[in-house]
Amino acid sequence: MNILSMQNIRKSFGETEVLKDISLSVSEGQVTAVIGPSGSGKSTLLRCATLLETIDGGSIRYLDMEAAREEDGRAKYASPAVLKQVRACFGLVFQNFNLFPHFSVLRNVTDAPIHVAGRSRAEAEEEARVLLRRMGLEEKAGAYPGQLSGGQQQRVAIARALAMNPKMLFFDEPTSALDPELTAEVLKVIRALAEEKMTMVIVTHEMNFARLVADHVIFMDGGVIVEQGGPEIIDNPTQERTRAFLNKLEK
Amino acid sequence: MNLTTMVTMLLGGMGKSILIYFLTLLGALPLGLLVAFGRMSKVRPLQLAVKFYISVMRGTPLMLQLMVVFYGPFYLFKIPTGSGYRFAAVIIGFIINYAAYFAEIYRGGIESIPKGQREAAQVLGYSRPRTFLTIILPQMVKRILPATTNEMITLVKDTSLAFAISYSEMFTLAKKIASSHTTLMPFVVAGVFYYVFNFLVAFVMERCEKRLSYYQ
Ligand SMILES: Nc1ncnc2c1ncn2[C@@H]1O[C@H](COP(=O)(O)OP(=O)(O)OP(=O)(O)O)[C@@H](O)[C@H]1O
Ligand SMILES: [Mg+2]
Repeated sequence: MNILSMQNIRKSFGETEVLKDISLSVSEGQVTAVIGPSGSGKSTLLRCATLLETIDGGSIRYLDMEAAREEDGRAKYASPAVLKQVRACFGLVFQNFNLFPHFSVLRNVTDAPIHVAGRSRAEAEEEARVLLRRMGLEEKAGAYPGQLSGGQQQRVAIARALAMNPKMLFFDEPTSALDPELTAEVLKVIRALAEEKMTMVIVTHEMNFARLVADHVIFMDGGVIVEQGGPEIIDNPTQERTRAFLNKLEK
Repeated sequence: MNLTTMVTMLLGGMGKSILIYFLTLLGALPLGLLVAFGRMSKVRPLQLAVKFYISVMRGTPLMLQLMVVFYGPFYLFKIPTGSGYRFAAVIIGFIINYAAYFAEIYRGGIESIPKGQREAAQVLGYSRPRTFLTIILPQMVKRILPATTNEMITLVKDTSLAFAISYSEMFTLAKKIASSHTTLMPFVVAGVFYYVFNFLVAFVMERCEKRLSYYQ
């Protein structure tokens, strides 16, 4: 079953067309890695999927909910009530974490479950502690984000996203702001999620990681999907542009 | 005239200065937020109107504004103003002036919050009011506290401008006593009063800053 399906997505910023007719679907339990050079539109694709940007054309579906559909050559979004339900389907982990600095770690993880999803405080805190333990951060529940390392902050951000019980998670270069040692601890957490069959779409420059966890790899360049397939395309790209990008990355 | 009599005479003025001070804050702090919203509005005419209001409030003397508020209704529109209006004019004048300054401080504070904060809240499903009240506002308050303290200190001294429309606060009284008794003593007392008042304001605000320093 497809959790997400995006069809013929077009998106421009002013004159520049950043996404040119991109289609993508994600089925349950699948891990998709999105790779590609800087400026190719990877973040924009994720931001459109998570409704942070509005698309100009195309359609976006989550499960049986239509977030946006094509009408007279333009994208038309569903009502706010439907979009609210749609947002409950996914979580997003940002490159720079975006934790709430004035909330403790625990409150970062419990605030949305309590005030958005309407769960009881006791239940939300219990679940948050389980999540924090899985992230190896149980003793940090009372700390503030500013007191944590980047790797710890990113793991809190992952816990915060998971606490809403999303059907899928998006990651936009989750380790790009981190030192190599801290990168490893975050990738380990994401890998554990992959093993539990969490549906994920991950924009990453970590090819070894993509090779290891991805079921599906998408190579983007210039606002289009140049090549996609199993993780083997990282080692055996068929397109010249993919090959050029991967060669450059290795150096 | 001895010091005790003088201070007793000035005491009523001090009370009035303090009243102006707190009523102004009570009105201008929340009104400033509304003005800031107007200034950041996407509705262009509203945004421009508020921008104009702010530039007039900041670009003309507060003393002049007090006079316009006090004399304006009668001289411009022939609306008779009762005897109680003098005090109301002082408060209205101070509030609309200070709201403009606070609005610009708030706007700077709100715009300085990284947009990732709003985006994180949006993806988590927070409503817009909830995002503002629980994510943006608390972080804004922390950032604007030093600038707000500045304005609050200036306001203590600005209350003396009410003498422009002869409202009998501290400074107006001191001036009156000084000229009728040919002594500078009332000004010394006034100076001490403003200094002590500001010292307390600064102290309280410093405590507030400390309380908000629990994160980064
Ligand atoms: N808000 C915006 N306004 C205008 N142009 C934008 C905006 N966001 C992105 N762009 C442009 O869209 C293009 C794609 O940007 P995007 O951030 O999606 O690339 P990316 O693949 O994520 O790159 P990177 O690997 O550097 O993160 C770039 O040319 C960028 O300058
Ligand atoms: Mg990007």
